[in-house]
Amino acid sequence: MGKDRKLRILVAKPGLDGHDRGARVIARAFRDSGFEVIYTGCHQTPEQIVNTAIQEDVDLIGLSILSGAHTYSFPRIMELLKESNAEDIRVIGGGIFPLEDIPKLKGIGIREIFEPGAKLKDITDWVEQNISPRKAVAFEGK
Amino acid sequence: MDIVEQIVSGNVRATARLLRDIDDEIPSARAILKELYPHTGKAYVIGFTGSPGVGKSTLVDQLATRFRKEDLTVGILAVDPTSPFTGGAILGDRIRMQRHFLDPGVFIRSLATRGHFGGLTKSTNDMVNVLDAMGKDVILVETVGVGQDEVEIANSAHTTVLVTIPGMGDEIQAIKAGIMEIGNIFVVNKADREGSRKTIRELRNLIELGAKRRNGDDWEPPIVETEAVKSRGMEDLHEAIRNHRSFLLSTHTEKWREVLEKRARIQLMEALREEAFRTILARMEKDGNSFDLMVDQIVEKQSDPYTLVQEIIAKEMG
Repeated sequence: MGKDRKLRILVAKPGLDGHDRGARVIARAFRDSGFEVIYTGCHQTPEQIVNTAIQEDVDLIGLSILSGAHTYSFPRIMELLKESNAEDIRVIGGGIFPLEDIPKLKGIGIREIFEPGAKLKDITDWVEQNISPRKAVAFEGK
Repeated sequence: MDIVEQIVSGNVRATARLLRDIDDEIPSARAILKELYPHTGKAYVIGFTGSPGVGKSTLVDQLATRFRKEDLTVGILAVDPTSPFTGGAILGDRIRMQRHFLDPGVFIRSLATRGHFGGLTKSTNDMVNVLDAMGKDVILVETVGVGQDEVEIANSAHTTVLVTIPGMGDEIQAIKAGIMEIGNIFVVNKADREGSRKTIRELRNLIELGAKRRNGDDWEPPIVETEAVKSRGMEDLHEAIRNHRSFLLSTHTEKWREVLEKRARIQLMEALREEAFRTILARMEKDGNSFDLMVDQIVEKQSDPYTLVQEIIAKEMG
């Protein structure tokens, strides 16, 4: 039979700005690519984001940010994932970032950063090529 | 610790991963479910159903808060639709539940229907068992926003709450069978809106006509007015749920037993159907009988589905 596993993605918006148009558009693009998208709305703290990612067992967290809060929230999210033994959950970001911050973000393990002007198809293609659903839980039986 | 022990001791990550495997129909998940089953049967399951936009998520959020006040732990399963065209889904029920994200006493999982009809997902009953085994006291199940025939929840929950809003219960709607008959409790949410009294009146008539009969003469489904966004009516709803639970558990009736039997029957049926299908398919594959080939035969009118099924059963199960 061998059904394909479905990719699950959390689209989250950390920080205080309430402009979630971009996050919604990307959530729809992911849905239209056949992924299951968990969308949680604005004003998420890193703790909320990581807890949600774990409870929902997502493969990828997509962070949308326009406010500059990435300097705090991105490292904090990576830290929390590590503390929760959930480093296999990968993280990408989209939005507005100072150019000099991008290498720093990649340095802490953010897989990719999509800046304004990135085409939706580039983003969904990137996900399809780079992120695959995790393996099933191993169980020996009794 | 293996995964079974991890889940029974309440490990969130292990639980979340198993839920995914169940949803993806991974065979090893069934072996794990088998081991978990002895740990189930403690949780109380409450279902919420009703049309899209009536406020199910907000009610679930409010009730979760209410149960947490009593120090009860809460599991939430919230279903949203899968796009039939792309197979993708946007699951947004969590937006209304944000205040519980940091509470270790609340576990929330968003589910996509994945082509399943009936208001739930194919995996919901198994997932309820997992949350039960992980130790959640109360499990709140929110159906996909349903129309008129999505009544599956009534076979999964101990108490089913049917949510409506003023202006949706027109006279014609009220005589429709199915969805209106499954409520043990009726909620008129957004009760501050115009037409609230009329909706309640119509619901009351409806209950007299049918819902009462279905629930047995001893239980009269109450109608609770709420304004979930303002927490109004939540005490009443909480009390109604408690009353229904007491009614089921009261010793002079066989009600509790009936509910347990109903749930067990559905789960056995689902597990049998699933396993039988899986087994036959595996045998067909082994025998080199390709499913795709049969599809071709039907398309080319060389055979038909009925003949082929008879042949498959005779060959693979005979």
